[in-house]
Amino acid sequence: MIRDITIGQYYPAASKIHMLDPRVKIICTLLYLISLFTFKNLAGYVFAAVFLAVCVRLAKVPFKYIMRGLKPIIVLLLITVLFNLFLTPGGEILFTFWRFKVTEQGLRTAVYMTIRLIFLITGASLMTLTTTPNALTDGLEKMLNPLNRIKVPVHEISMIMSIALRFIPILLEETDKIMKAQTARGADLESGNIIQKAKAMVPILVPLFVSAFRRANDLAMAMEARCYRGGAGRTKMKPLIYNRRDYIAYAVMAVYMIAAFSAGRYLPFHVWIF
Amino acid sequence: MEMIKADKLIFEYEKRDEEGNVISTSRAVDEVDLDIKPGDFIAILGHNGSGKSTLAKHMNAILVPTDGSMWVDGKDTSREEHIWDIRQSAGMVFQNPDNQIIAAVVEEDVGFGPENLGVPTEEIWERVEESLRSVGMISYRHHSPNKLSGGQKQRVAIAGVLAMRPKCIVLDEPTAMLDPNGRKEVLKSVAELRQKENITVILITHYMEEVVDADHVIVMDHGHIVMQGTPREIFSQVEELKRYRLDVPQVTLLADELRKRGLDVPAGILKKEELVNALCR
Ligand SMILES: Nc1ncnc2c1ncn2[C@@H]1O[C@H](COP(=O)(O)OP(=O)(O)OP(=O)(O)O)[C@@H](O)[C@H]1O
Ligand SMILES: [Mg+2]
Repeated sequence: MIRDITIGQYYPAASKIHMLDPRVKIICTLLYLISLFTFKNLAGYVFAAVFLAVCVRLAKVPFKYIMRGLKPIIVLLLITVLFNLFLTPGGEILFTFWRFKVTEQGLRTAVYMTIRLIFLITGASLMTLTTTPNALTDGLEKMLNPLNRIKVPVHEISMIMSIALRFIPILLEETDKIMKAQTARGADLESGNIIQKAKAMVPILVPLFVSAFRRANDLAMAMEARCYRGGAGRTKMKPLIYNRRDYIAYAVMAVYMIAAFSAGRYLPFHVWIF
Repeated sequence: MEMIKADKLIFEYEKRDEEGNVISTSRAVDEVDLDIKPGDFIAILGHNGSGKSTLAKHMNAILVPTDGSMWVDGKDTSREEHIWDIRQSAGMVFQNPDNQIIAAVVEEDVGFGPENLGVPTEEIWERVEESLRSVGMISYRHHSPNKLSGGQKQRVAIAGVLAMRPKCIVLDEPTAMLDPNGRKEVLKSVAELRQKENITVILITHYMEEVVDADHVIVMDHGHIVMQGTPREIFSQVEELKRYRLDVPQVTLLADELRKRGLDVPAGILKKEELVNALCR
């Protein structure tokens, strides 16, 4: 059961989006998120929705995978909607509900906020669904490379991230094994209040930590034995090189940004109060 | 020139208190001499804690001698400037398959060594392909190591070492965590390497069955080399092997018992077929 957790949740498929350089995907996702916050009218959101739909379509990721990413934020979404709906003053009062007044401004903010959050999560999960965790760390490493000059250990950080990603499934499996072993010895992990449950975790965490340290030690030795000595002088088996399609993607993104920005601010497109 | 040469090699593990003062030492390797020629297949046997791993780590400059010296491919391992050359020419495969695979994709893991050596990209691809082919794992190149069996993971680890084009490969109990099938796979790969690429192989194990094809067997106990010779010479001394708590293969034991009871069976039987032949003469 613990193994069902998927981290990075990559969805393998042969699509144009999958083939893009990870840097393109990271930068475009960031730009897209920024664009969502510049809109002042409905036109911008329509634009953003169409763009996102096209990207999802191109990525060949099934719709239900994308929806799965939204599930964890439903509660957050509800809270945001309620707060915005009832507590934003300004504009005409549309209706009153017990003590709360729903204003025009409140309704507008609530709706915009919901759309924004949904698009934001969808956009971000589209990136993680179409990029392997390793490609993501590679992309980040290359993008953050200039920070090397101010002594930020960029290579090391990305190495740590990719090793962590490799060991997550191994450690999850190990946790599962230890839990079973302790249950077989009569450990009760399910019942009791929070404090008792926390105490019951100790016999699981201690062996897990011991084993994690042993693994770390072994791995460090194996890396040294294979001549690992940090980022300097290292070549890459799969260097990141921009292709034609990556430049095209940047161009498309630039067009989207300009179009969405101007539409979202200046296009007089209104439906009722939105 | 010897591939690996040790001269009165001594290694002591130090136990330190919080301030870093040595409070006790324990000697794991004691006055070991080695002379390993290029292309040899050497097996090192020994009970748990006999110092095999400690000795192996010297061959890769992971540990340096407390006293005495160690040369790999003519280079002294205690000299800082030789470390990377030594690690390139003597590759090491460890016991736990999970803890030595670094990347999340098989081919990227095999490429890890050459990347560290600064090999140009195209050549890395060539080496990766060649190495994966020679351990028979080429069809798994895009797989995640987590989904492979133990034996397959060890073969990937061997490929990872091969991609560094070593002259010598040290395997520290590579089969200890594997099932019989996985053991067979790994040993077959090792045997093929030796034949095809003429790489010096040093196999550390406590399964005696695995050493019958070695050129030379070394038995260690409490940090000392206590026996050495050809497999046949070693296996004919059943009583002594038992004294060093080694599990003598069943065929050898049976042949030994038969010989003691007066049957005309030669000493040092290594394989089932040999015993059959000896008995059916
Ligand atoms: N990191 C360490 N610190 C202190 N003592 C150690 C350390 N590693 C090993 N030893 C000790 O050194 C001796 C030799 O250990 P070594 O691991 O070389 O044996 P081995 O023959 O490889 O055993 P095994 O078959 O269990 O792998 C043992 O007595 C062990 O307790
Ligand atoms: Mg050992």
